[in-house]
Amino acid sequence: MDLAFTEDEEDFRHRLRAWLADALPMLPDRPHPADWPGRRAYDCGWQRMLHDAGYAGLHWPKDAGGQGATPTQHLIFLEETERAGAPYVGAGFVGLLHAGPTIAAEGAAEQRARWLPPILRGDEVWCQGFSEPDAGSDLASLRTRAVRDGDTYVVSGSKIWTSHAEIADWCELLVRTAPVNADTPKHRGITWLAMPMDAPGVTVRPLRTLAGTAEFAEMFLDEVRVPVTHRVGEENDGWRVTMVTLSFERGTAFVGEVVACRRVLEALARTAKANGRWDDTVLRRRLGRLAAECAALWRLTQWNVSEAQRTGGVPGVGGSVFKLRFSQVRQELYEAAAEVLGPDALDAGQEWVADRLSSLSYTIAAGTSQIQRNIVAERILGLPKGR
Amino acid sequence: MDFQLTDDQRALRAGMRELLERRFPRARLRAVVDGDAERGAELDRALWRKLGAAGLFALRVPESAGGVGLGLPEAVLAFEEAGRALLPGPLVATELAAGLSGALAAGGAVPGSSEAGLSGLAAGAVQGETVVTALDEGGARAPVEHLACADAVLALGPTTVGLIPAAEVARAAEPIRSVDPATPLHRTAPNRARQDPAGPSRSGIAARLRREAALLTAAQQLGSASRTVELAVDHAKRRTQFGRPIGAFQAVQHLCAQMLVRAESSRSVVYAAAVTEDPGDIAAAKLLADEAAVHNARDCLQVHGGMGFTWEADVHLHLKRAWVRAGQWQCAAAAEEELAAGLVSTVETCL
Ligand SMILES: Cc1cc2nc3c(=O)[nH]c(=O)nc-3n(C[C@H](O)[C@H](O)[C@H](O)COP(=O)(O)OP(=O)(O)OC[C@H]3O[C@@H](n4cnc5c(N)ncnc54)[C@H](O)[C@@H]3O)c2cc1C
Repeated sequence: MDLAFTEDEEDFRHRLRAWLADALPMLPDRPHPADWPGRRAYDCGWQRMLHDAGYAGLHWPKDAGGQGATPTQHLIFLEETERAGAPYVGAGFVGLLHAGPTIAAEGAAEQRARWLPPILRGDEVWCQGFSEPDAGSDLASLRTRAVRDGDTYVVSGSKIWTSHAEIADWCELLVRTAPVNADTPKHRGITWLAMPMDAPGVTVRPLRTLAGTAEFAEMFLDEVRVPVTHRVGEENDGWRVTMVTLSFERGTAFVGEVVACRRVLEALARTAKANGRWDDTVLRRRLGRLAAECAALWRLTQWNVSEAQRTGGVPGVGGSVFKLRFSQVRQELYEAAAEVLGPDALDAGQEWVADRLSSLSYTIAAGTSQIQRNIVAERILGLPKGR
Repeated sequence: MDFQLTDDQRALRAGMRELLERRFPRARLRAVVDGDAERGAELDRALWRKLGAAGLFALRVPESAGGVGLGLPEAVLAFEEAGRALLPGPLVATELAAGLSGALAAGGAVPGSSEAGLSGLAAGAVQGETVVTALDEGGARAPVEHLACADAVLALGPTTVGLIPAAEVARAAEPIRSVDPATPLHRTAPNRARQDPAGPSRSGIAARLRREAALLTAAQQLGSASRTVELAVDHAKRRTQFGRPIGAFQAVQHLCAQMLVRAESSRSVVYAAAVTEDPGDIAAAKLLADEAAVHNARDCLQVHGGMGFTWEADVHLHLKRAWVRAGQWQCAAAAEEELAAGLVSTVETCL
């Protein structure tokens, strides 16, 4: 057990800090949250700056266009960028954290060459078309069909809750290529496809979230033709391919936000001191407790990252432990923020109020807390599968 | 002892539910929140008059003053139904103002207001002809709801009660982007002349009105808390994943069961407080009903999965209204202090 960084790692940190200090003032103004094309341009612009400075795909393998950095360096990168107030991955989320790593791990050489560089350069945006109206927690029961017609798949069905669908160029799509029957269990007949969002037959209908914005969408697919060469992995092997993606999502996707939690907590304490609520012992202790929770999440992250460093990269089910705790702490943090704000917590124009609303999705998106607990109980603790 | 509802009370509750289903069906609620923000801020005057004609604001006004002549328990039952339907508007303040007009008719005066016109406003509240909102200057300084469409403001200082023309309050108030799309809110500048560092008085008419307001608000929270149990249970029965209704999973069952426990335990305190009118009972009622409404809405959202995070589902409307109501009148910190003080007071109490 050693929490000290090596000289190389410290060196990396210092170079990164120096670059951030120069680069961040060059960013344009942040776009309005409802301005989707503006957000896309802003997020992609930042990715381009990272790319040009050699920080894109830091921990991706070199043959996938990455820098081959260690998980620890990646962690330092996420920590420092958040501390410096750099933009979040935003529109690049699916490309950089799900689809990209999946293609890097499972794609053929020409697929990597086609899709990875534009992700790293911030030229192309991806979305994730997994969930369907009748397949949420039970993702493997998905029904969007893909029928082979020569060297194309003809895809029909519907997807739902697709984040960033409106501004995406590509969709990592899960489709059913073999019907479920006695020989084919439901997670066997699934295939992973890269679908161009401008293909004929793709209709995107934005859905309004409880925060009043349209962050996700419904997607209707009517005989969309996708070349067979857009398939990553074997036909009917998409479930396994997908699990690689999902474990990436639960592994390191929230590191920046853990650092952000600490920053918000310090800002809450300052605000409470300024507006007098700091005198309330109950609130003060509540903030203190949250500081412990943030510390634990950060240490848990370091633990998971060191583990990944030893085992060779792919995060394990430990990600579920992290996700469970993180989503809960994040919600508690914004409950505390509401307490600090007092009557202003009813003002949706306040940044913390918007964050409080969006924190409500954390126990649902990317696998609900109930499902995460099932995973912990069954796969880590080895308890019998329940119903 | 017979803590159960009388036949008349049951009939009253059923009548109120039926009235709201007819006059304020879900489609009306959705029209309020799905329309543009400007429209959403308006209050439906015709509905307000219908509610007035049905006696919602006059339940506790004596028959001699043109009211229904019932008590706090009946008002609580009616307000529970209003909370269940997410009926928008300053119902509590209008009901309290109607009560003041009852006192006027009995020969009193609205304390703190000299203008004769204001007595007329109070009288209008009984019939639902006027809309009265509230400004609580003794407590947590909740924002003022529906100020732009109100006629008058019931201003409760630490010891004073006043009825002020709404326009007068509006001059020194600024609108905020309300988190609840059906409840427009204004922030007001603190009125130093009216503030008392000792906090609100515990006796006198202002204190009584403040307690009644807390209880009627708690009743609305209770209505919302029971409604979200129903919404969650309905969804858990209907939504299928892994080949069975999600309600068959213990994780979901326990969420729903805990929601019912919250709703029913707060119900018993709210009803009891309506009978005893005891400050400690009312504090417990507000505290637990706030908690039930907020937490039940959160759990209901969780049971709905991705659907719960949408604007289209009603779940968020319950949560946001619960946040607004929790900040009105006696908020959690004040209720907890009141209850803690009760533990060491010399006044004898039975549980
Ligand atoms: C903000 C947001 C963004 C999203 N972005 C995307 C995206 O980009 N792409 C994408 O494909 N999807 C996305 N999703 C979808 C997300 O993955 C699903 O919402 C989630 O998996 C839950 O599925 P569901 O909504 O169908 O809920 P359901 O599966 O219907 O769940 C309803 C309730 O039942 C419970 N439940 C279900 N099964 C069990 C069980 N076996 N045991 C115990 N409890 C159970 C759940 O925990 C939940 O409380 C997003 C969701 C949100 C909220």
